Amino acid sequence: MYHKEKSIQIKNSASALYNNLCVLRIAPRRLTYFTVVHANVVNMVSASWDGLNYSHRQLQSKEPNVATSTSLIMQAAFCVLTSRDLLVVTSQKGIQMYESDGSIMVYWHALETPETPTEQAVFARGISGVWENYICVGVSSGAMLVFDIPSKGSNITLSEVLHEHSESITDMASECSGSQECIANLVTADDVGNLCVWKSGEEFQLLNKIPGFDMSCSSVKLWKGTVVAGYGTGQIRLYEAVTGILHAEVNAHARWIYSLDIAPFSGLLLSAAEDSLVRVWHLTMTPETNSVEIAHLHNECVTDTQICGAKFCDGDGYAFAVTGYDLSEIIRYVQS
Amino acid sequence: MSSRTLPLLFINLGGEMLYILDQRLRAQNIPADKAKKVSTVAAWIEEDRKRVMNDIITTMFNKKFLEELFKPQELYSKKALRTVFDRLAHASIMRLNQASMDKLYDLMTMAFKYQVLLCPRPKDILLVSFNHMDAIKDFVKDTPSILSQVDETYQQLVEMYTPLPSGEFQLIRQTLLIFFQDMHIRVSIFLKDKVQSSNGRFVLPTCGPVPHGTQVPGLIRIFSCNGEELTRLQFNNGGNYTAALREGSFEIFGDRVTKLGTNMYSVSRPVETHMSGTSKNSTQHTKVNTAPNPLAKEELNLLARLMGGLEVQKPGNADSGFRVNLFATDEEEEEALISRPDELSYGVINIQATKDQQTNAELAKIMGEFSESGDQSPSASSKGDDLLAMMDGL
Repeated sequence: MYHKEKSIQIKNSASALYNNLCVLRIAPRRLTYFTVVHANVVNMVSASWDGLNYSHRQLQSKEPNVATSTSLIMQAAFCVLTSRDLLVVTSQKGIQMYESDGSIMVYWHALETPETPTEQAVFARGISGVWENYICVGVSSGAMLVFDIPSKGSNITLSEVLHEHSESITDMASECSGSQECIANLVTADDVGNLCVWKSGEEFQLLNKIPGFDMSCSSVKLWKGTVVAGYGTGQIRLYEAVTGILHAEVNAHARWIYSLDIAPFSGLLLSAAEDSLVRVWHLTMTPETNSVEIAHLHNECVTDTQICGAKFCDGDGYAFAVTGYDLSEIIRYVQS
Repeated sequence: MSSRTLPLLFINLGGEMLYILDQRLRAQNIPADKAKKVSTVAAWIEEDRKRVMNDIITTMFNKKFLEELFKPQELYSKKALRTVFDRLAHASIMRLNQASMDKLYDLMTMAFKYQVLLCPRPKDILLVSFNHMDAIKDFVKDTPSILSQVDETYQQLVEMYTPLPSGEFQLIRQTLLIFFQDMHIRVSIFLKDKVQSSNGRFVLPTCGPVPHGTQVPGLIRIFSCNGEELTRLQFNNGGNYTAALREGSFEIFGDRVTKLGTNMYSVSRPVETHMSGTSKNSTQHTKVNTAPNPLAKEELNLLARLMGGLEVQKPGNADSGFRVNLFATDEEEEEALISRPDELSYGVINIQATKDQQTNAELAKIMGEFSESGDQSPSASSKGDDLLAMMDGL
């Protein structure tokens, strides 16, 4: 179904972090951006669609108020909003927001870090752009920061802090089908597997809370009102977002799942785990019976690699890219 | 990231160090009745070997040292940790040349990296730690005073780690993997056992038992809105997995089930590392280790406590009466030192094992090197004062 294409070399190897690959397609310029986190650096590659031009950029983590100390980055993700795209980088010290090409930093939010380290680690993790102009970021305490993003410029403000999770946020995702009919447009996940479903607005509304089973949910997606969640046990579960009804349960991987992605136009699902496998699935919705089905389509094994990031490169799922711990390349696969 | 990582890193690396030293000491062992020098490396009699192991283990489990170790803190830099182990390796009459010390550290770190990567689930790192602790306990079973120190540490490990949720263990694991990032030194015992490939990467099999708590991949279950199962489908998982084994014990005594963290060396299996042909990725240094770092003050606290706990050892006589060689011959050892690639040098801070003014001055000088030239964080000077005060009090 897919075959391997030429890999993109990156300046550093990928660190073992959840969801450690982000892709942004810039159709007007026939370019795709890829971001991969290595310790306290974000490696950005801009690849032209003809495969001839690659340019690299590195972004460092930042803590402007403290004399140079290392601050590890937990995640980097593109947020696609109605009026603009931003690149958000979360670290142990705070949240940085850049223009999507990484050229200018437009905003910095420092986390409250104690003077002497505490048992509970402090960091930001979990990033999502939400309709219409919000960016949500999770914190290790379980808090969620909601930022109001203007259509241009750097006048970004903290709009709300939500305290629904009591454990460290792992990942979050907004409704990616493009449909504005869905009531829920954000799902957030934490380290004990609790899922919160939200409706965005001036005040975010909690629509539902789906309890976990004491197992970390490391990656989550929301598509056509269905939550797709990947867990440390290697299981994938599909829930109806607003009701919490379990549609499907898959014993998908033999190790901890690190990344999920959905191609919104085709309903293809990508899952990747520490077990070296990337799997492609197909989701089908039958609105008449309110059922959701998942079928397995394809496996790719990245030999001797614990995968930490996997994303589709386009909305149809024609191509996908993969990163692995200690690997200094982005591996690409294309439909045959 | 996780502020609970350092104790596990230290105990596991220390455990591996003891396995390797024990093997080398036995390899250089000569029965008491033939105890005259047969090479430039002296004969070790069993009594000496036990003494060396006891001395190192006593220092490793020094109460003040462990107190400092178990405090919540970020991981030390590679440089600082290497210095701690340098000191530890010299906590006895045993002496190691630079090349042997480098090789010892390479083996220790690659072994623990292997164990961390191969752990089926993050919580199993604790079982690996218990395997090391069980072996250490066995090394000192005839010495009650050290045994009680070891037992206390077991208690601390159980109290601190067993209540942690799986997500927290994964954070610890991710923190360790950043520490081990880009290390691909080839270890011949791993190459022989086919757990490491010739490019230095560890083999990750897609077969064998799944972790405890995970199901064998392959089943899809579809449910109706009422919760009843509508369909069951199987898919090809692309591997050859079997059901999980029983869970190892997280108590002070018990069967750990996993073999990771047990002693893989024996006298008949010598260990060598290959320096040539390491993956070109090893030249890509992470920026994490090169920037000067105020956290280094905490690292020096640990060092000071470690040195404070040391007895002043009279060094061996000029022709290295108590030297241990990690290579087969002296010539090999010398060759290894000369040919070690620059990117693999550890840049060890040289500190002499004497409790005198010179040491205090040297430590203070090193602290000076660590602090910022321009922007000083406001607490820098007070931390420095604490350190010196502590040195004076030892």
